[in-house]
Amino acid sequence: MEEKVTNVLLSGVGGQGTILASDILCSVFHEVGYDVKKSEVHGMAQRGGDVTTHFRFGKKVYSPLIKYGDVDFLISFELLEGLRYLNWVKKGGKVLLNAQEVFPPAVNLGKMKYPGEVAGTFKKFFKGNAFIIDGLAIAITCGDARAVNIVSLGAFSNFFKIEDEVWERNLLLHLPEKVHQLNLHAFREGKKAI
Amino acid sequence: MDKILQGNYAVARGAWEAGVKVACAYPGTPSSEILLAISSLYKDDIQAEWSPNEKVALEVGSGASIAGARALVCMKHVGLNVASDPFMTLSYTGVKGGLVIFVADDPYAHSSQNEQDSRHWARFGKVPMIEPSDSQECKDFTKLAFDLSEQFDTPALIRSETRISHSFSPVILEDRKESTVPIGLDLKEAPKYTMVPIYVRERRLIVEERMRKLEAYADEFKYNVMEINDPRVGVITSGVSYQYTKEVFPEYSYLKLGMVWPLPQKMIGEFFKKVKKVIIVEELDPFLETEIRAMGHKIFHGKDVLPRVYEFSPEIIEKSLKGKRYKPPAERIKAEELPKRPPNLCSACSHRPLFYALKKLGVFVFGDIGCYTLAAAPPLNAIHATVCMGAGVGEAFGATKVLEGKGLGKVCSVIGDSTFLHGGITPLMDIVYNKGNATTIILDNRTTGMTGLQEHPGTGFTITGTPTNMIDLESLVRALGVKNVRKVDPYHINETMDVIKEEIERDEPSVIITTNGPCILHRREKRKFENSYYEVVSENCRGCTMCLDIGCPAISWRDVKEDEALTRDGHKRKGIVYINRSQCPGCGVCQQICKFEAIVPGKA
Repeated sequence: MEEKVTNVLLSGVGGQGTILASDILCSVFHEVGYDVKKSEVHGMAQRGGDVTTHFRFGKKVYSPLIKYGDVDFLISFELLEGLRYLNWVKKGGKVLLNAQEVFPPAVNLGKMKYPGEVAGTFKKFFKGNAFIIDGLAIAITCGDARAVNIVSLGAFSNFFKIEDEVWERNLLLHLPEKVHQLNLHAFREGKKAI
Repeated sequence: MDKILQGNYAVARGAWEAGVKVACAYPGTPSSEILLAISSLYKDDIQAEWSPNEKVALEVGSGASIAGARALVCMKHVGLNVASDPFMTLSYTGVKGGLVIFVADDPYAHSSQNEQDSRHWARFGKVPMIEPSDSQECKDFTKLAFDLSEQFDTPALIRSETRISHSFSPVILEDRKESTVPIGLDLKEAPKYTMVPIYVRERRLIVEERMRKLEAYADEFKYNVMEINDPRVGVITSGVSYQYTKEVFPEYSYLKLGMVWPLPQKMIGEFFKKVKKVIIVEELDPFLETEIRAMGHKIFHGKDVLPRVYEFSPEIIEKSLKGKRYKPPAERIKAEELPKRPPNLCSACSHRPLFYALKKLGVFVFGDIGCYTLAAAPPLNAIHATVCMGAGVGEAFGATKVLEGKGLGKVCSVIGDSTFLHGGITPLMDIVYNKGNATTIILDNRTTGMTGLQEHPGTGFTITGTPTNMIDLESLVRALGVKNVRKVDPYHINETMDVIKEEIERDEPSVIITTNGPCILHRREKRKFENSYYEVVSENCRGCTMCLDIGCPAISWRDVKEDEALTRDGHKRKGIVYINRSQCPGCGVCQQICKFEAIVPGKA
């Protein structure tokens, strides 16, 4: 196993399943033998704010937080929340962006504009390493808009040589049985999306 | 077998493995999950309770300890302020069964009213404090804390913080081992537990003797660890600061302190001999630094370069220690100029119309701790002071005292149901007893909302969901002597405003209790709204933005172009609002505010 620690930053809006997605990542990478750490902030962040989790895996992980500018993979479930962490991604890092807009209060109130051309901005800085998916549309075809996080994980799984069986088994461990089929479908469709 | 656990869940696991029989807490971020874990996973072996406040929690824990059981008491940093009265004297009585107090700090005040450094309590109270740095240590240190407590006949403190309590990492699970201390009370032990002066003076000597023994023990403590790498630079640190520093400067030597009070003086002396320059890395106050300087050591860096405020991160440590040599990563975009996404009251939250009413009345509102502190933010701007649980009730009284008659109609306090039972009863008693006239509004949302919907003595259920006595708030406040008790349905804004106005103008104590406004996230209690959602009749909307003043997440603004520049009845407008159906539970508050009949019930 290589010494290097890999840093994955997940960002989204409360209710998009950011924390669930990072829980699944933790299980998957731990099962295949890595040391893992994950950190999130609770409390007021649950009331409609932005949600980020830091997920790190490697031979030995010390800090629960990623160092600014050291992100290897940014997974964002929302465009503005992706943009907010653009500077965190290291040169050569990969970005997986769900092209969904959720307006923050200042935009709702007409005081600020929602940033335009977010996908273009990522393409400009990360070229072929910026992957943009319409996760919401895929999730809806699979039967539930809330599966956006699982669609993104499906896409993300393409970056690693980990058996689908491991991904899917750990995915199901974190979900109630009645949504198993829907989420397996979402994961597989996500995998095809990039 | 190992399992990925949150720091708080690892503490719960440690308590179970340590044979704990009683666990008490009042919820508080970032500590709340410990009791959640215990009450769901280990309820057959551990009696868990949500206590009315942290002081009671510690007292119940102490009683369990005197009767021989191992007891865990959990709280956030400010909770220990509440529990400080028993805490300071339990240091004298010591324990029978191990008594461990878990306290979680919140540097950066992610979800707190201050960012105090709990390490001072250990020095102040003369008890040992250990500080884990990951989930495995959360479990191991919890078990160790119980051994320490029994071995040295002292309460033991575990200090955590947001990034330890709310981080996840693998933990090796072991079996539960019952404590060997027999259960039972012994009448002959009165001199140990009765802190009247004659016994206090005896115990006082024992406390000092115990500190000397603990100091010697600290030098042997197996989790005070020296890692000698590069002998030129050594770092003394603990907890999550160790993890951050080790991440950025793996080549340095380290003295990682598992026990932050008392300090291992000999070991620190040896470390200074083994490395050339010593840096002390600690979040918040220069606690270690002050102590280590007082030992006569000369340190290379500490709070001269590292911040005393907010939480640390790997880059803050790198930047502070490298100084001018630090090269920040490329700033590709100006991220700080992006629209922020601050937390907000939920759509259809029962607090929103209540605070809108208070805003309209122009009252100075003394607040409390809970979701409703969000009403301090724009556009509601309807809280004008917030200190701690229960504070607003007494503060409103204090203000009315000096305003004399001029305060009538201008002041009130608001407090949640859980926080009222935590700390609001005694100040309300004071208003009645000392002939005040302040108005207290109890926002009864039937749960402890902010920390994740915990039960309390007013909900009628215990932590395990067992039905129990439910305090009737009205009977309670009447028993305190409040004669004017009113109930309002917060979703009826005009009626609510009328009642508030009448009561704040009354020259007598009064209490207003909100009813039928359970937390919108409540699983058991639900408010039934007349309509399932509301929508905007675009032709009627004048773009007056009145409805935007309530800060509802479901209502948005959009500019209009020329073809939409007039309402149906010919009024000019710059834009209109619209309601996002998926976010609207149909509370109807916006409809009551709209003066132009532009908001109507949605068609099912």
